This record gives sequence, C-alpha cells and structure tokens, in this order.
Amino acid sequence: MEKGETLLEHMEREGMSRRTFLKYCASLASLMALPPSAAAAMAEALGKARRPSVIWLPFQECTGCTESITRSNAPSVEGMIFDMISLDYQETLMAAAGFQAEEALQNAMKENYGKYVLIIDGSVSTGLDGAYSCIGGRSNLDSLKEAAKGAAAIIALGTCASFGGIPKANPNPTGAVAVSDIIKDKPIINISGCPPIPVVITGVIAHYLTFGTVPELDKHGRPKAFYGETIHDRCYRRPFYDQGKFAKTFDDEGARNGWCLFELGCKGPVTYNACATTKWNDGTSFPIESGHGCIGCSEPDFWDAGGFYKALSTAASPLKYVGAAAAVGAAAGVAVSFANRARKSAAKAAHETTTTSDLEK
Amino acid sequence: MNEIQFLTWVRGTGLNLALGLFLLGVFWRLIEIYTLGRKPDIAPARSVAGASGWHTVVRRSVPPPGMVKTSPVSYIGGYIFHVGLMVVVFFFAPHIKLVNSLIGISWPGLPSQVIDAVAVVTLATMVVVLADRINKPVKRYLSTAGDYFAWMLTFLPVLTGYLAVKHMVLPYTTMLALHILCVELLLIALPFTKLIHVFTLIPSRWYNGDISGKRGVSV
Repeated sequence: MEKGETLLEHMEREGMSRRTFLKYCASLASLMALPPSAAAAMAEALGKARRPSVIWLPFQECTGCTESITRSNAPSVEGMIFDMISLDYQETLMAAAGFQAEEALQNAMKENYGKYVLIIDGSVSTGLDGAYSCIGGRSNLDSLKEAAKGAAAIIALGTCASFGGIPKANPNPTGAVAVSDIIKDKPIINISGCPPIPVVITGVIAHYLTFGTVPELDKHGRPKAFYGETIHDRCYRRPFYDQGKFAKTFDDEGARNGWCLFELGCKGPVTYNACATTKWNDGTSFPIESGHGCIGCSEPDFWDAGGFYKALSTAASPLKYVGAAAAVGAAAGVAVSFANRARKSAAKAAHETTTTSDLEK
Repeated sequence: MNEIQFLTWVRGTGLNLALGLFLLGVFWRLIEIYTLGRKPDIAPARSVAGASGWHTVVRRSVPPPGMVKTSPVSYIGGYIFHVGLMVVVFFFAPHIKLVNSLIGISWPGLPSQVIDAVAVVTLATMVVVLADRINKPVKRYLSTAGDYFAWMLTFLPVLTGYLAVKHMVLPYTTMLALHILCVELLLIALPFTKLIHVFTLIPSRWYNGDISGKRGVSV
C-alpha cells in the first residue's frame, strides 16, 4: 500500500467494490453487537483510516496464532485490513533477519512512540530472569517492558499471551505468565484462544481503528462482543443437551446423530468464545461440528482444568480418599462405641439399689 | 483464583475431601448408633394386629387421619420437596453422569424441562415450608439453629444448580462451581446434623414399630 493512502482508496485500487466494503463493515458491526448506525460510522472511519504502526512480538509461542491470522481467508476484506496496518515487525512474516530485523523494531518504536499498537503472542517467561526465552540475546521479559513503554495499546493475542496458556500449565517450568501480569499501566486487550479466531483479531483491530478506543472487555480483559457468550449457549447441538440426548462414545449412534458431546468432556458450557457463531476456515465449521467437544482453549488455565475427555459434571479423581475415609470413620465409630460401652458399664457398676427405706428417709 | 481454577478445585480436591469426610462421618455415626445396644428383652412378646417394625415403616409415611387438614404445609409440602429433591438429584442427566464416573452404574435421566419444573416447585415448596416453620408458634419454638442450618444446606444446592443451568445471576462457570461447593458442604454436614435421617429414618421407624409391637402397643 502506498504511503498516505486510505483504506478505501487502497481497496478500490485492489479491485474491491465499495459495496463489499460496506457489507464487511455492517457484518462486523453486527458481529460486535454494535447498533446498525455504527456500521456507517465504521465504514467512514475505516475508509479514512491511515495505517497505524503495529509491532508484533512473539514470545513463548508456537506460531499457531500467526498461522491463524494468515489464514484469515486471504485475500478477503480481513486480509485487506491487515494490509492496511503497517506491520513493522513480525518475525515470521518479515523479510528482514538478524540485526536488520532488530533495527526495524527499534526504528518502528522510535518513529511511532506513544502511537503504535503492540501485539504479543506467546507467554512471558520469568524464570531465571526470563532466560528461558530470548530473541537477539534479550529476554522476552526485557523486550516486552521496553516495547510496552511506547505502545498506545497492547493486544495479547492467543491464550498464552492472555493467560499464560500451555507454557504456564503445571508445573510451569519456565515461570510463564500472561502479558497482563507484567504490564499494568497500558490498555490490554486479551484475544484468547488456541489459536484465536481470525475475524476476532481483525474485528478488534478494526474497532480500534474506527473508534480509537479499546472495546468493552469482560473481566478477563476479552472483548465482550466476541467473548460474551459460551460456546454451549450458541451451539447447534444445544437442543440435544436440553433433551438429555448425549453421545456416549465418539462412534456410537448418538455421535452419528450429532447429539450433545457433554458426556465426552465438551467444555462448551464454561468456554466463552465466538467459535459457534463465526466458525473457522471461512465459516466452514467449528470443532463441535466436526464431532469433537470443545476443549475450552480460550479460558484461563484450560490445560489444567481436569481432562479434555471428562464431563464437566464429573470429578477429577473422585475416589482418592474414599477407602481411607471409610476406614477412619469405621475406626472412629468403633472407638466411640467402646467408650459408650465403658460408660454404660461404669454406670451399671455405680448403680445403687433403692430400697423402701431409702424412700422413707 | 479465577473461575476455572475454582471449578477445578471443587471438582478435584474439594470433592475428594467432601466425599471422604462424608463417608468418614456416615461410618462413624452409624456404627456409633447401632452399637449402642439394648438390654436383652426377656419378656414374652405380645402380639397386636398391625404393630410391627415393617408395618410402621410404611404407616409412618402416611398421614394419620385429620392431620393433613391440621398441618397441610408439613405433610403436603414435606412430600413435595422430598420427592422433588429425589427427582432433581437422581434423574438430572449430569448427576447420573457423575455417579457413573464414580461407581460405573447408570440409569435413564429425565428431560431438562421436567427437571427445571421440578426444581422450581421444590424451591418454592421449601420456601413455603420455611415460612410455615417461622410463622407457626409451636414449630418456631421447636426449631433450633440446626434446623435452619439444615434447611439452608438443602436449599442452596438446588438453588445454585437451577441458577447455573439457567445461566442466571452469575456466569455459568462460577455458578456451577458454587453449586458443587454447596453440595460439598451438604455432604460434609450430613452425617453430623439431623440430615443423617437419610440413613436412619427407616431403621428408626422399624425399631420403634418393632419394640412397640412386642409391648402390645399399636403405633
């Protein structure tokens, strides 16, 4: 994209019609539960928007989040929006390497100080002063603190950056934490998910471009527009749950009939995300539609939440103390019983026979 | 602690402790009660028609003539909420799944809508029963803090369970965790409060009927 060009100009040059652009704005507005009037405002603001600088730092991550965003149905409108931002540093996508890359990062931070959007994917290692994860000889912890200083807002992309994710799973050998555990003085938007949904990523960026503000967040710092409802609430298999029709195994009749996967460990009821509505792969399907329960990947500590294939209503290791408890209980009962018998014998021994002469006293 | 950690704790450590303390308490109390013993009864048993242990077990569940009119809330309300509790606890599909995961037995559940309706009726009835207890001078006089505590321990699991299923008041995850926590409190308190009647009711009735029958008293 040429410098100074607005989003609309860029899209027109790329052969995208204004109508398609307006449709995108309208669908984005409705997806984010904004009033219909917001679509027009969004179109106007986005049309005029100039590319903000975005710096994307990968920490303890698997590049799954990058894979997800690059599969944002390119060359769709979402892809265009991504063209529109000036992605000044992204290790996986950038051509530069080594010192050249580090220089690009430093330049981007200097030129756009106080204005750039910082995207973080991956958790931050704090063990051994962050030595578990270093880039260019610097720990992630160090890089984050430096980059956060000049950021207008931070987007924690993916569950690792949002909540610590898999690196933080028990026993967390690297001392992994979320971005929000380190940075306290900047607006942070958590876009959780392993990986997050592409349209959610672009939607949040579009919201920021349009309104210049952080969208309304839930208590985990996630945009309410996308994380306001559980998968279960929006699941097309929900009627089967309500009817009590559950698949018992992955290949029984219930599974073939598309019944509810609750008993197979689906975490849909406790997972807040938009999978059931926006779906994946250009709206093709989402995990439950493919026959597997939700694993709860957009929730904090989902990795340690008691097993992917255990139903939510069941216990993790329920019969752990049962034998010992019964034995201790029985022993206590027997002990109390002996004490009671001893008291009875003592009372019997202490019993004095009352005679008529006693009554006359 | 976030809500998933809370839920994980109540499903894991919390439930382990609660089940352990429940079994410990039940074994303790039942062994204590049934080893108290009685002196051998050397008098010849009398015989009265209709007076025996098993007969009493059944008959005590039927209101004596006129009592339904005298104390309708106690009898009708008592029946409704006890049956309601049984239906909600034993025929809600996720509960059956829990039992199945614990001891491997399973049975058919009832549709969610039926459970919903029964839960609402149970909750309403329990409120009426409590109001009656507070309202009637004799009942109020006979009630101790333990009675109100037992009521609360029984009421809260149903309430939180219903709110969790309906996604009301709190987010589902938090409500589900609270529901499990309330059940755990109930489990722990059960052996040490009047709620032990879950186990002692039938043996007590049998004993009362049996001893009275041997003495020639029809109860």
